[in-house]
Amino acid sequence: MDILFDIISWIFLVSGSFFCLTGAIGLLRFPDFFSRIHAASITDTLGAGLILVGLMFQAGWTLTLPKLILILLFSLLAGTTASHAMAKAALKSGLQPLEVQKDNGKAPEESIGTTDEGALSSKP
Amino acid sequence: MRHVLALSATLSFFWLVNSGHYTPLLLFFMVVSVLSVAALCHYMDVLDGESQPLNLTFTLPGYLLWLFREVILANIAVARCVWLGTSSISPCVITVTANQKSDLGIVIYANSITLTPGTVSIDLNENHIVVHALTGEAAADLLGGEMDRRVCRVEG
Repeated sequence: MDILFDIISWIFLVSGSFFCLTGAIGLLRFPDFFSRIHAASITDTLGAGLILVGLMFQAGWTLTLPKLILILLFSLLAGTTASHAMAKAALKSGLQPLEVQKDNGKAPEESIGTTDEGALSSKP
Repeated sequence: MRHVLALSATLSFFWLVNSGHYTPLLLFFMVVSVLSVAALCHYMDVLDGESQPLNLTFTLPGYLLWLFREVILANIAVARCVWLGTSSISPCVITVTANQKSDLGIVIYANSITLTPGTVSIDLNENHIVVHALTGEAAADLLGGEMDRRVCRVEG
């Protein structure tokens, strides 16, 4: 039974590490700030999540288990809030997403509006 | 009163889980600290449906399960883009409308969008959320509006 739990735990730990690595590589590879946020959120969600689940299997039915669940919950909540705060700060300080920059040099709000109309009408 | 009770229960649970020491003296300290925090929050008038959303108790778990599934699928899609390289992404900015009635519902929706890799909410005004999407598919998924409908249902 112990060895089974160990194997399951290691599968989670290794795949979690793989997603963390993927996030890091994406962070270096992607072209602009906004697309890099997406890569970072892989590390945030599935990377950290799988590693914590792996650790839960290591911990077993002890008091460590609810603590790990709380860590997972808080890191998910804090991670999204931090990503949103960073993205909003970047937008407010004048950094424009890559595609909008290509269109024209309008103010962020206006060009977002035009891209939005185009995206909405072309999608369905 | 309901909110004070809910806060006390949550705080006690949090304390019990994090402590691990269950001697009478320390449990007495727990009761004292929980009661003083609950009293403080009560007199500061910060206990309401927004800080203690009791009406979501039964609807939220089902939504979270669905959200976890979506997050895992989106993670795999974004991880694929990472390994395929820059040519596989087509970043775009879209605006989605949040149809939730309360501020809390809109926050849940915007946070869910950010939690899902491939979409990040970058601005919020009234009930329009500006979203940066990594690929056209991620944007199309969001514009399909399934997440919006599910958050509306959570609100009840």
